[in-house]
Amino acid sequence: MAEVKNANNEKLNIGVDIGSTTVKVVVLDAGGKILFKQYERHISKVREKTVELLKNAKEIIGDNYSTISLSGSAGLSVAEITGIDFVQEVFATRIAVDTLLGDTDVVIELGGEDAKILFLSGITEERMNGSCAGGTGSFIDQMASLLNVSLAELDELSFKHELIYNIASRCGVFAKSDIQPLLNQGANKADIAASIYQAIVSQTIAGLAQGRELKGKIVFLGGPLTFLAGLQQRFIESLKLVRGETGIFPENSEYYVAFGAAYESIGKKVYTYAEILDHFEGSKRASNTIGTLPALFNSEEEYKEFAERHSRDTVNYLDIANYEGDAFLGIDAGSTTTKIVLITPEGDILYNFYASNSGEPVSVLKDRFIEILNLCGDKIIIRHAAVTGYGEELIKSAFCVDVGIVETIAHYHAAHYFNPNVDFILDIGGQDMKCFKLKNGIVDSIMLNEACSSGCGSFIETFAHALGYEVEEFAKLGIHSRHPVNLGSRCTVFMNSSVKQSQKDGASIEDISAGLAISVIKNAIYKVMGTSQASDLGDNIVVQGGTFLNDPILRAFEREINKNVTRPAIAGLMGAYGAALYGMNKYHVASKIENRTDIVSKLLTLDELDKFTHSAKIAECGLCTNNCKLTVNTFNKGEKFISGNRCERPTGKKLHEEIPNAYDFKLKKLKYIIEQKDKSNLARKESRGTIGILFGLNMFENLPFWFTFFTELGFDVVVSKVSTRELYIAGQHTIPSDTVCYPAKLMHGHIEDLLERGVKTIFYPCIPYNFDEKAGDNHYNCPVVAYYPELLEANIGRLSQRQHDDESIVPEIKYLTPYFSLHNRRFFYGKAAKYMKETFGIKKKNEVIFAAQRAYSAYEKYRKEVFEFGDEAMKYARDNGKGIIILAGRPYHIDPEVNHGIDKVITSLGMVVISEDCLRLDKKKHKLKILNQWTYHSRLYNAAKIAERNKDINLVQMVSFGCGLDAITTGEVKDILEKGDKIYTQIKIDEINNLGAAKIRLRSLIEAIDAHKEEVI
Amino acid sequence: MAKEDLRYSEDGRLLFTKEMKKKYKILLPMMLPVHFTFFQRIFNSIGYDTELLTSTHPGIVNEGLQDVHNDTCYPALLVIGQMVDAIKSGKYDNDNVALMITQTGGGCRASNYIHLLRKALKKNKMEHIPVISLNISGMEKNSGFKITLSLLLNLIAAVLYGDALMLLANQTRPYEVNKGEADALVQKWEDKLDMHTLKVRHMKKYLKAIVEDFDKIEVVKTDKIKVGIVGEIYVKYSPLGNNNLEDFLASEDCEVVVPGLLDFLIFICDHKIDDYKVLGVDRTKAIIFKFLTNRFKSMQNVFIDVIAASKNFTAPTRFANIKKLIKGYVSSCNKMGEGWLLTAEMLELIESGVKNIVCTQPFGCLPNHVVGKGMIRKIRENHPEANIVAIDYDPGATKINQENRIKLMLSIAKYNKSK
Repeated sequence: MAEVKNANNEKLNIGVDIGSTTVKVVVLDAGGKILFKQYERHISKVREKTVELLKNAKEIIGDNYSTISLSGSAGLSVAEITGIDFVQEVFATRIAVDTLLGDTDVVIELGGEDAKILFLSGITEERMNGSCAGGTGSFIDQMASLLNVSLAELDELSFKHELIYNIASRCGVFAKSDIQPLLNQGANKADIAASIYQAIVSQTIAGLAQGRELKGKIVFLGGPLTFLAGLQQRFIESLKLVRGETGIFPENSEYYVAFGAAYESIGKKVYTYAEILDHFEGSKRASNTIGTLPALFNSEEEYKEFAERHSRDTVNYLDIANYEGDAFLGIDAGSTTTKIVLITPEGDILYNFYASNSGEPVSVLKDRFIEILNLCGDKIIIRHAAVTGYGEELIKSAFCVDVGIVETIAHYHAAHYFNPNVDFILDIGGQDMKCFKLKNGIVDSIMLNEACSSGCGSFIETFAHALGYEVEEFAKLGIHSRHPVNLGSRCTVFMNSSVKQSQKDGASIEDISAGLAISVIKNAIYKVMGTSQASDLGDNIVVQGGTFLNDPILRAFEREINKNVTRPAIAGLMGAYGAALYGMNKYHVASKIENRTDIVSKLLTLDELDKFTHSAKIAECGLCTNNCKLTVNTFNKGEKFISGNRCERPTGKKLHEEIPNAYDFKLKKLKYIIEQKDKSNLARKESRGTIGILFGLNMFENLPFWFTFFTELGFDVVVSKVSTRELYIAGQHTIPSDTVCYPAKLMHGHIEDLLERGVKTIFYPCIPYNFDEKAGDNHYNCPVVAYYPELLEANIGRLSQRQHDDESIVPEIKYLTPYFSLHNRRFFYGKAAKYMKETFGIKKKNEVIFAAQRAYSAYEKYRKEVFEFGDEAMKYARDNGKGIIILAGRPYHIDPEVNHGIDKVITSLGMVVISEDCLRLDKKKHKLKILNQWTYHSRLYNAAKIAERNKDINLVQMVSFGCGLDAITTGEVKDILEKGDKIYTQIKIDEINNLGAAKIRLRSLIEAIDAHKEEVI
Repeated sequence: MAKEDLRYSEDGRLLFTKEMKKKYKILLPMMLPVHFTFFQRIFNSIGYDTELLTSTHPGIVNEGLQDVHNDTCYPALLVIGQMVDAIKSGKYDNDNVALMITQTGGGCRASNYIHLLRKALKKNKMEHIPVISLNISGMEKNSGFKITLSLLLNLIAAVLYGDALMLLANQTRPYEVNKGEADALVQKWEDKLDMHTLKVRHMKKYLKAIVEDFDKIEVVKTDKIKVGIVGEIYVKYSPLGNNNLEDFLASEDCEVVVPGLLDFLIFICDHKIDDYKVLGVDRTKAIIFKFLTNRFKSMQNVFIDVIAASKNFTAPTRFANIKKLIKGYVSSCNKMGEGWLLTAEMLELIESGVKNIVCTQPFGCLPNHVVGKGMIRKIRENHPEANIVAIDYDPGATKINQENRIKLMLSIAKYNKSK
């Protein structure tokens, strides 16, 4: 190569930053002056776009010799192919900041898919987002398309916000499930826009900074932080920065990585312009590192046979202009789309509609209703209208729709029409995936995609758009794929990066389309349904939802389960169609009962629609500690519809009765213990000092124990307050692992709460062994519960001072994390006496033992009361003919910030709620297929056995996202319940504050229970 | 064996009987290439017919996805996927085959792998295949497979030899003049070791011979970046689990430092002593394991002394000293999963001059929230020069994402070195 330096030619330095979505090229002269810079999206054509940009710089590079380095997440593979030097992008940023800005404390850089943080003062540290993290450019893109606005509009909107919602920021999938219901409930887009930005700020603090404080001079880099002023504003406000002083948004901030690459190339190999281009253009395709799968269709004939077979499942269409008579209206107000059908008594379709709701379902529907009523005129009478879907309640009250039904029931009615023997339905919609088994026409088990696993329609759509295709076109390409790429079957975030990798490996669009289809299906089968054998699903399978109109997806499903299935031509309209059929049934039943034929739908008339207005306002409920953020929708007549509530209290509906709720009971009981003792403390003459205890994890159930223990010994015990979202946020910045469960994350906030209240001694013991209730093979706590005290100490600055070797330093905070085991009383007495002597100078052994005895009694008393509550609640239910739900989880699920009020949703549906720890343990060990070695889990299995044996008891399991142990318990609990022909219902909980999915599950469960009951009668 | 000949324990577990010992082939999962080869040899020489599963094709992950809950840890998915894949391959007579899987016991969900494997077999209608638990805690007894003290000591000796070969090869390979010599020596000793050499009393002699052999390899010692690997036991060691991490680091011109397996085994025994001392759990076990711990420690001392006496190789730290490092971080009662040992290994690496560390864990690994990721901040506070990257492994995690993050760690390592 040309190593000979030409004295006449200056040396230039070129930096190329190829990120996940954009390419940036800069050319600098020897003095560091910018001669050329360009920034463009590469739409995954990585190498071509880079060459294009380099060509644009041709004039400027001229015949100068240049040094060049590549950087960026997509730069790595290009560097491998071209043999040009690679600089890791975070490192490049650091070089650029050092060179251009100097004294900087923190750098935050958000890219297309990566987020990075650099701490440059103190202990230097560079970090990137983990593999499960959002809060990046693509996340903003996705959210903008969800709101149906451009990035510029989103940015503008964000300035007009009045209120900020809590939106989960960990990954796009989570955020979507938070935003969607807000949209459906009519929340203001400006508020949502700002909330999306705020979510990114939280993600940066929690996920990236992970326990390090963001202070000093902070520099913001990368595309989104350059172009989005609203996002800048959110960072400035949240971190309390002064623009230009402590919050720096430098010029050319989107080019910093490229600058760094250029600087890093200085002194390295030089190239002529032609040589650089040669390296790029001459390079061959990288070898395939991602495996391929068999083609979906081996021949054109195979596809034809397939297409022909599926063309049979159709519905008749009639021209509405020529029809006269009765009709039934079905509406599916889905999460992203709105579907409407109008059918005749024979089931023929007169009218249908399928479109995005653009985040404004009410106004979309208003226009459609006007159109429909105009088409109907006087000759068609709508006898009944039914609505289903996420927006069901809102739409029902806005337009006086006759009946609202839960989605599962609507889908069943539609599927039944196409295949009366249907025993399994799989529905993949835009945002959610539902599948349910049917037994004798009753929904038997429901599986919904959980927050982390949605590989649904909108994912494919976003992907198609990113590649520059419409979704239909993109789907068609997959039919002709010869070698679909193997993209794995995890959450969409992971699929995203797999797709990117396969593109870099040179996979064709056809192969990606087919590969995606296969992945979506695998995700559905193995992750959502958790099945491995096709025979598990059923014999008469109906698939539906708009996503199944995508032939490769349908084919992939048939292939994977090795069975032919029914896909109605109206796959995308099934919810609405089923609602219409349901409405028709209702009408017939009502006509028969009332013995009249003139029943007409109460749907708003044309006149009423004409005057129809709708506005939405946000309010905070404040009637209980849940503090629900309510959306108050007001319709023309001043009628109000409130959403966002968990219980009926803010709606003003009078509650007839207090339905027993174990969650409520336990929380109140523990609070009562604290309050009672507070009073008795006042009477004490001399205090031994104040001790702080955290109100979270195992300390809930153990609170009576420790509280009594310390109070008896003469300490003033301060318990941290009940968790709230604010409390979580206060501690968020010290969480080192973003995949740990939410109950554990909350503990950081509880520490902050105690510190803020001036507590100087905090007692949070490590308890690896729980009480031995003799119901399992062992009696462990889970590793997180057992050892989290040690994690807190290592990550919360103010707690970790005791570690200094210098004994003379007295730490500000005494944070105590001794190991104790409570199951062995005698051992505890001895150990506690020794511990209290060493730590607090309490010399009288008997005093400690006495306190410990009282502590054991207090714990036993609490447990006994909980058992008795269970007995009474069940008696109440049986006396009053109510169903019983065991809302099973862990004792710490009583935290309202953890259970998000699911208990209240169940009581508002008229069921009695008990919990797994209300049920006395069967001492006879259950034979289980797994190792039953955790105390809390043994209760879970015990509860499942009880539900299995009792007709009127059903079980709903709450599972925290990230709970590794529940990966084991869920399978076992499900097996136990199914032995007793019981429906297994699981609700995943996390920081997400969205009860939509939970409500569908619970309502479906209750419908099914009722149906079972009717069957028995 | 015919169905009617199958025997079950009282709690319904299919037993591996003496009859089976005579006829059955036992499949072993692969975790550490050298160590597990020795295990296989030991089992075969005392009358078992065992085979090591060395398959690595992508079908394993797919099989695993079908067999276990996706949220279960990645190692379980891989090990179970590999086993089910093997018995489905048609290569074995499934009526005369058994599976062996390690079981650590303790509060981590890893102690449930064996049950998940049985569930997977049932799902695939192969519940007639017996599963043998390989553990030193006395769980799940089988008449056809017993771990006697002498077998245990043989296995521990095998671990020691494995650790020694791994350590010597890692310290030699990056610097050897004639590429491949270190690996050839590993192979040579792999073939040479048998029941005779595995006798505890012969250990010193053979270890010396191994060190001498490695001493003869011609090397040019350059100043390479040293990178330590710690983490969850399976992904830390298994190339299948960590996307060939060691090879990747070697290709980036690093010297790889991997703490040995023996420390982990001593750790498992040792924490039972603390369990009794601090928590009052199981006195009998504590006595038995105290005996074992001491025995293993003294074996480790033989190994360390031999290496320490050599002039070219750096010996690892003794278990007792490693344990001291955790003061101020976690308690020695923190025992689930890799427990305090994981924190200690990071500290040990840093104190012995290996400042760059990859901390590996399966996505969502519970103990590692605390002892891995949870301790990094504090370690860096006390050792600002430490350069640690935590990498999650999982069926969906892409290699490119992982490598990019490791490259960041390497860039920082280079930068720190140049300072």
